[in-house]
Amino acid sequence: MSTFKFTPENEAKFQEYITRYPVIDSVMLPALWLVQEQENWVSPEAMIYVAEKLGKTPIQVYEVATFYTMFNLKPIGKHHIELCKTLSCMLCGSKDIKNHIKQTIGIEPGQSSEDGLFHLSEVECLGACGGAPMFALNGDYHENLTIEKVDELIGECKNDN
Amino acid sequence: MITKIVSKNFDIPNSHKLEVAKQNGRYSSIEKLFSMNPSDVTAEVVKSGLRGKGGGGAACGPKWELMPPVDERPRYLIVNGDESEPGTFKDRQIFQYDPHLLIEGIICSCYAISANHAYIYIRGEYKFFSDRVQEAINEAYEAGIIGEKVMGHNFKLDITVHRGGGAYICGEKSALIESLEGKRGHPRLKPHGKECEWFFDNPATVNNVETIASVPNIVENGAEGYTKYGTEKSPGTMLFAISGPVKTPGVYEMQYGNKMIDFLNTLGGGMREGKKLKAIIPGGSSCPILTANEVEKAVLDYESMWDIGSTLGTGGMIVIDEDTSMVDVAKNLIEFYHHESCGQCTPCREGTGWIDKILKKILSGDGSKEDLNTILDVCNTMNGKTICVFAPAVKDIIQSIVTKFPEEFETYFKN
Repeated sequence: MSTFKFTPENEAKFQEYITRYPVIDSVMLPALWLVQEQENWVSPEAMIYVAEKLGKTPIQVYEVATFYTMFNLKPIGKHHIELCKTLSCMLCGSKDIKNHIKQTIGIEPGQSSEDGLFHLSEVECLGACGGAPMFALNGDYHENLTIEKVDELIGECKNDN
Repeated sequence: MITKIVSKNFDIPNSHKLEVAKQNGRYSSIEKLFSMNPSDVTAEVVKSGLRGKGGGGAACGPKWELMPPVDERPRYLIVNGDESEPGTFKDRQIFQYDPHLLIEGIICSCYAISANHAYIYIRGEYKFFSDRVQEAINEAYEAGIIGEKVMGHNFKLDITVHRGGGAYICGEKSALIESLEGKRGHPRLKPHGKECEWFFDNPATVNNVETIASVPNIVENGAEGYTKYGTEKSPGTMLFAISGPVKTPGVYEMQYGNKMIDFLNTLGGGMREGKKLKAIIPGGSSCPILTANEVEKAVLDYESMWDIGSTLGTGGMIVIDEDTSMVDVAKNLIEFYHHESCGQCTPCREGTGWIDKILKKILSGDGSKEDLNTILDVCNTMNGKTICVFAPAVKDIIQSIVTKFPEEFETYFKN
């Protein structure tokens, strides 16, 4: 038995998802999203739980969770910065933004800050090329970034703690 | 230059709300839709010449005709909103500013192919946009626009938003269905003949968001209302996007057949800081690159782009200025493709990594002319030897950069 469990709200959402598809297998990604929204990451225990719910083996869930880059397979910092590095953003100065974030928070892409406040990821095209350079902060898009705007957003995260 | 069909309501405040959407013509095609037979709707879309806006440009109507005759199996429409092609950011405008146009298009399309359930697969990063579409769907259910009876007519329709997990390859239609079935997004082997797609062995059609959003206008105004725009073989309009160092990057709807250079200099606002144009990647990063000279000749429709050795793709142009090294461009893109290769086929999984390593070596100064030949050789090995078109697309862009700008690579060679 897994130690992970959906909250009652997420359990209700999970049951609703099941009614939306002809075969329960389709609920794999929606279930993993519920896990990540609940825990901020997808733990091995949660994968076992999802496997039990979907009638799958744990390895089948693991296989899916490791394929999709958005699922965090270990705990990460509270505020997640996903900085776009692909061509349009690169052409419009994403490297300067990256260096500034690295200096300000003191972490490399793929790392979380020691205080657990930030996690920085360098990601591929987020589909905001017209607003390059950009990053997503906790899933929200921030486009046409400048150093000042980045400082402001990071400051807000620090105050939010 | 702008011709607004799909983007007509984009600038209206609160255009995503049902009330505002209805005041501005949304769902006005539905009465006419139900006065027609489903096969007549398909025939009209065939006649309109509507082409898929997701990159391939395949005709939409003939795709619908691949659906088998109605039997006891459920049938599905799957809307591809996994917009992940670098340089492409058009479908999100529909999600954000006119989700009810998408729902209206889904009603028309589902009626045409006799499907009672549609899935909108939206890339995971588009959380804001998928929430927005979900709100619109909730409004539509409450207003009786979708559900047991579509606007009082004897037609049932459910729409479900399905959120992806961050995998570029899921924009490939068969990988998308695999993902929708709860698996890794691995493209499927294609059948020899033409046939529809299969979702849990049930017939399904996969269409891009913008394609579906173009359907209500065709239903309402007939094929002629659509073919009066664009060129003979590329009728209608498309949401063209422009990004990179230009003054006014963004998404603009135009008829097919405008000159690329005019688009850059008018709607795109021209180059930033008076820089000179070096090259444009025309339709998302997977299309062969065009030099500044080729851009002068380029016309924005499928046939014209093929004639000059590239493709129109998604219509999302990435502009490159004189200060940018093409080696950096190639390196940036190969990192993207190496990361996003699904890993199923060896030539793609390994080839993208090899090219990445060779470009790294060239950038470090240790490269030689022989390395350029190796890159072209790897491109050749990747082309046409894999399950999906991901690897041929990598070949298209990398080969075109290396062959059109060899001197830029040579400046890195020490000897």
